[in-house]
Amino acid sequence: MVIMKAMGMESDQEVVQMIGRDPRYGALLLPSIQECAEENVYTQQQALEYLETKVKRFSLSCGPLEKEGRALSIIRNVFLANVLVHDLHFRPKCIYVAVILRRMMEAVLNKDAIDDKHFVKELITHGLERAISTGNWDVKRFKMHKKGMTQVVIRLSFIGTVGHMTRISPQFEKSRKVSGPRALQPSQWGMLCPCDTPEGESCGLVKNLALLTHVTTDDEEGPLISLCHSLGVEDLELLSGEELHASNSFLVMFNGLILGKHRKPQHFATALRKLRRAGIIGEFVSVFVNEKQKCIYIACDGGRVCRPLVIADNGISRVKEHHMKELEVGIRTFNDFLRDGLIEYLDVNEQNNALVCQYPFICGVKYKLVPEVYHNVHISPCGFKNMHFGQSSLLLVAQKHLCVCVNILLLFFLMMWHICYTKKICTFSLFTLTQLWFRQKFVEGTKVHIFETTGSKVHIMIALYEGEAVPETTHIEIEPFTILGVCAGLIPFPHHNQSPRNTYQCAMGKQAMGNIAYNQLCRMDSLLYLLVYPQRPLLTTRTIELIGYDKLGAGQNATVAVMSYSGYDIEDAIVMNKSSLDRGFGRCIVTKKLTVVNQKYADGTMDRIIRPQRVGRDAERMQILDDDGLAAPGEIIRPYDIYINKQSPINKEFSVNSPAGLPDSAYKAATQTYKGPQGETAVVDRVALSSDKDTNLCIKFLIRHTRRPELGDKFSSRHGQKGVCGTIIQQEDFPFSERGICPDLIMNPHGFPSRMTIGKMIELLGGKAGVSCGRFHYGSAFGEPSGHADRVEVISETLVKHGFSYSGKDFIYSGITGSPLQAYIFMGPIYYQKLKHMVLDKMHARASGPRVMLTRQPTEGRSRDGGLRLGEMERDCLLAYGASMLLYERLMVSSDPFEVQVCRVCGLLGYYNHKLKASFCSTCKNGDNISTLKLPYACKLLFQVNCDRVVTVTVHIFAFYLLCSITRVIGG
Amino acid sequence: MDDVPMGQLPPHIQLQRTRVFCASDAPTQTENVQYSGAYASMGVDNSFRLEDFVKNFRVEVVRLTEDDMEFDMIGIDAALANAFRRILIAEVPTMAIEKVLFANNTSVIQDEVLAHRLGLIPIKADPRLFEYMSVNDTPNEKNTIVFKLHVKCKRGDPRITVKSDQLEWLPNGSEFQLVTDNSNSNSNSKPKTYTSFSSSQTSLPEFSENSIASKHDDIIIAKLGPGQEIELEAHAVKGVGKTHAKWSPVATAWYRMLPEVVLLEEVEDQKAEELVKKCPVNVFDIEDVGKGKRRAIVAQPRACTLCRECIRGNDWEKLIALRRVKNHFIFTIESSGALPPEVLFTEAVKVLEDKCAEVISDLL
Repeated sequence: MVIMKAMGMESDQEVVQMIGRDPRYGALLLPSIQECAEENVYTQQQALEYLETKVKRFSLSCGPLEKEGRALSIIRNVFLANVLVHDLHFRPKCIYVAVILRRMMEAVLNKDAIDDKHFVKELITHGLERAISTGNWDVKRFKMHKKGMTQVVIRLSFIGTVGHMTRISPQFEKSRKVSGPRALQPSQWGMLCPCDTPEGESCGLVKNLALLTHVTTDDEEGPLISLCHSLGVEDLELLSGEELHASNSFLVMFNGLILGKHRKPQHFATALRKLRRAGIIGEFVSVFVNEKQKCIYIACDGGRVCRPLVIADNGISRVKEHHMKELEVGIRTFNDFLRDGLIEYLDVNEQNNALVCQYPFICGVKYKLVPEVYHNVHISPCGFKNMHFGQSSLLLVAQKHLCVCVNILLLFFLMMWHICYTKKICTFSLFTLTQLWFRQKFVEGTKVHIFETTGSKVHIMIALYEGEAVPETTHIEIEPFTILGVCAGLIPFPHHNQSPRNTYQCAMGKQAMGNIAYNQLCRMDSLLYLLVYPQRPLLTTRTIELIGYDKLGAGQNATVAVMSYSGYDIEDAIVMNKSSLDRGFGRCIVTKKLTVVNQKYADGTMDRIIRPQRVGRDAERMQILDDDGLAAPGEIIRPYDIYINKQSPINKEFSVNSPAGLPDSAYKAATQTYKGPQGETAVVDRVALSSDKDTNLCIKFLIRHTRRPELGDKFSSRHGQKGVCGTIIQQEDFPFSERGICPDLIMNPHGFPSRMTIGKMIELLGGKAGVSCGRFHYGSAFGEPSGHADRVEVISETLVKHGFSYSGKDFIYSGITGSPLQAYIFMGPIYYQKLKHMVLDKMHARASGPRVMLTRQPTEGRSRDGGLRLGEMERDCLLAYGASMLLYERLMVSSDPFEVQVCRVCGLLGYYNHKLKASFCSTCKNGDNISTLKLPYACKLLFQVNCDRVVTVTVHIFAFYLLCSITRVIGG
Repeated sequence: MDDVPMGQLPPHIQLQRTRVFCASDAPTQTENVQYSGAYASMGVDNSFRLEDFVKNFRVEVVRLTEDDMEFDMIGIDAALANAFRRILIAEVPTMAIEKVLFANNTSVIQDEVLAHRLGLIPIKADPRLFEYMSVNDTPNEKNTIVFKLHVKCKRGDPRITVKSDQLEWLPNGSEFQLVTDNSNSNSNSKPKTYTSFSSSQTSLPEFSENSIASKHDDIIIAKLGPGQEIELEAHAVKGVGKTHAKWSPVATAWYRMLPEVVLLEEVEDQKAEELVKKCPVNVFDIEDVGKGKRRAIVAQPRACTLCRECIRGNDWEKLIALRRVKNHFIFTIESSGALPPEVLFTEAVKVLEDKCAEVISDLL
């Protein structure tokens, strides 16, 4: 109330009118009005003065205050800064505040009226996400400080790069353990990928755009505003407070600001939409009618996410067959569709305005809206006993759509479909379910509420396929697989997988080795992983073709046998065929960049690179150098080889008369030696000369290392099933089939039951059928009805036609005994990715080695050739077991043993005089009562550090016991 | 059992002994009964007898072409058949490129990868004419074949594909000279190269007429863009597939047991037609028995791929039995080209003989 008054609304009645005359609102406002009266705030001036006192209390700002006072400036500039104020003309702001207040009170009175906070958040996120600047962002006015506004594009893999481009990072901190913002919002349907999110702390906060999502750019406001006015929007200035909330007209919000009112909202919205479809106003302008709030939202600002949908008139798609033919021939492009009003972009708001119908009409049950608001579906692991509707037709769906339905989650998914087919609950309810399913919050026995939001208030209906459209349908989905993003789009049959598996694959696809880009061999990346023989997946998806993963693949089609073998395949380890590795399976190239700067110094001297010594001490280590002193491309470089013969001047401080004519004696060697894994043969791939920002000569060496898979290298299929290579077996020991096919790798069947990756099984079947009939098979998400995914029945028929079992299981002979195995083995090609985690980069062991100077204990970490720590918990184990000698050896002998001289009288440490060969106590000034003691050096260090802090540590020695007592000498 | 005469197994046990039962869920009776006294209680001696083996063992060649052959091995144990298969894959030697000396490589393909590709090229040279090269041996005409590859794509020319026929055999050994410190000391003698051939390989009668080359002349080795060049020497040595798959003389070698398809009951008329239609490889056929009756017969059991389509579904498994004959192996050898497949098999037998001889000599 005070703020309203401060903005010039001095009359209480005016305020109340502006908010609305409902007596309930008045009651809620009363305390505030009373408070104003108590504080003697009646006029604008009084209100400002009152606020002034409040401001100063927490503001130490002593800058030259403007005449109008700080309160006014805050109200003008900071408070609701998006509403512009011209010449202290506060009326727009007053109206805005009034609307906000009304909404707040409505929310108090009626819980349903609470907006979805998400929309606002989304706007801000995208607005910031799109902003490109160097470094961090500081907006002083709001005391905002943002980090990570710009990121360096990940170039480790093609998918990593594309995935990174579609990433949305939130601005608030990840540490909070709230689930709200992490959950999948219904409004994200089709805009954000439901699968692609990292695991761990940023789970659900970092999101990725779906395939067809478009982020809008700013459109000009002026013409649009005047267009709105000419379409009948009544200006805000002309309305009284009373009229503001008149029930027969709708408030028009333009880019978040109040533009005015309109008496015929639907008419107005339709008009605007028609203009948009005709291409007269921008395609990203969104019009959203909110009946509950009696508002029309128009937006043309940048940073909103939107996606294209096919427009339908009375349930009939505007895209006709001849359009598609023209598209195929190439006469038409996507933009033509957009311009001709066949397709339009809907943003989150407008989509929310939509009645979306997503799933094909197959069950023969008539499409109709359900009158009830809630349905309770009770799921129990034993089946559908407690399900409230449609069991028989569910089974029908099961038979028609999925042959392989083996687990409750799949059945659950089927049930969701079923609900959507038969009862036609709209998208958002479906999505709530999907969300539950995707995030695996779904536990047996959970009650699932299916919200029916298709009442009278929803206007746009999106049909997935033309066949299912009804007169109410306004839009038809372009393709259902486009709800997934780029990374999830690589997964074949993702709709048959347990959802977290798809999420895992989204993270893992980015680590897969393969091709980076077409110019990958011309790049100088600091680290690059390439596959020698990358392949295109036998089982592709439409997304793969759209993004070009089939041209820049990151994996190989391996023939996989699902069986146990040798015991080296437990815990997801895979057994690999040595001959396959010999022939190039999983072979990769790792290149690393080494940079050397030829420094210029302040006094004019500079480093120099000189001709290598061909004879003498360093000649052997300089073998790979060319005459110019740099390593030659194509040379094999081994650890401790010198790759640049650089010298730098000894004296860099003092100015020399002729810097160029420095004698040889004024230089000292500054050669660089290569440190790589022992016994590996890396090769100098390329040498590039450039200059850095201080115009120093900068020499870059690309070191290449070709690796074949070895024990412990990490592999993964496209279904979140990662595993390390457990053992490598000779081909003759490998099992072989009736046709002489020998698998490339063997995977343990225990990987399947708990992971429930049915998609992988179908991939195997499809791949096998693909190699038999010579056609790439498809596995796009939700693609079976539209032909973007091959059905299992059809795949099985193909298999049978080529003499395989319909189930994909082959009769296998053991390679060791020669007799057949007592089981049919599920065998076929699966696309396998080699992940960048390789043992060679990680393995580490040491005997004795470097120590830390301070504590004389072994160093830590692989990069420092560190020791392996016996930590506290390990210590506890040994302690509990009573292995005292082992403990002594680990913690003392092998760590930092040290011998000290202790005075038995004073208990302080003495020293050993090597000249006199006698021990001496410097406190007692004699060497009579000295004992030699073994201590960890760290312990001795502790004693001495304590002495520094004026805490004396004395050691008292009894016959066999050692007792430390700490005496505090002086306080503090 | 009174009704079964002594010294003869009852039919069901005999069947279990000699056949693998391929049911729709899993194969059973896959193992061979090795124990000599397994059937002693029935008065049957199950011990291995050489004279029986000699009498019963047969080899029938079904198909023989230049590169691949199929033959039946009848009357042999799975262990022995498997031994031949394993030896063929891993222990019959061939020649393969092991060492590649690069003089120049400006192509997009990396040295290691190019060397790997060269290694996998099958070389048409009889490995029996060469010796193994051990670590301390110097490469000579008896253990090394040297190839040269020098291709250049001139600037302005279109891209070229380097194929395996461009590998040029050097019967006189390496042409790359070793860099030695005291090269002037014996200037009159031949310059030292990476090999020390005492004579040209063409002087050997085997190579005088047909030169050593890659088995196939269209294997793509690399592609060169304008201005790129490859100059290298490749040294092939003798080795076995155990060490690296490039020395494996076969693309693959495997066997399958002879299929046996038995109709347990008469399958007639409608059902017979259904059965014939079910099988994708036409194992079954229809036979007229007169009186308008038709019944299914097993026409070509050998074609059976064990897709189990015929025993899929309700009661089919009661009508048809799919079995495999345990001592009849349909052996296939796909040679990679160094030796013809029939020679490979005899080589494999020789390797096994040598191994046996070794075991015997070790035991003595």
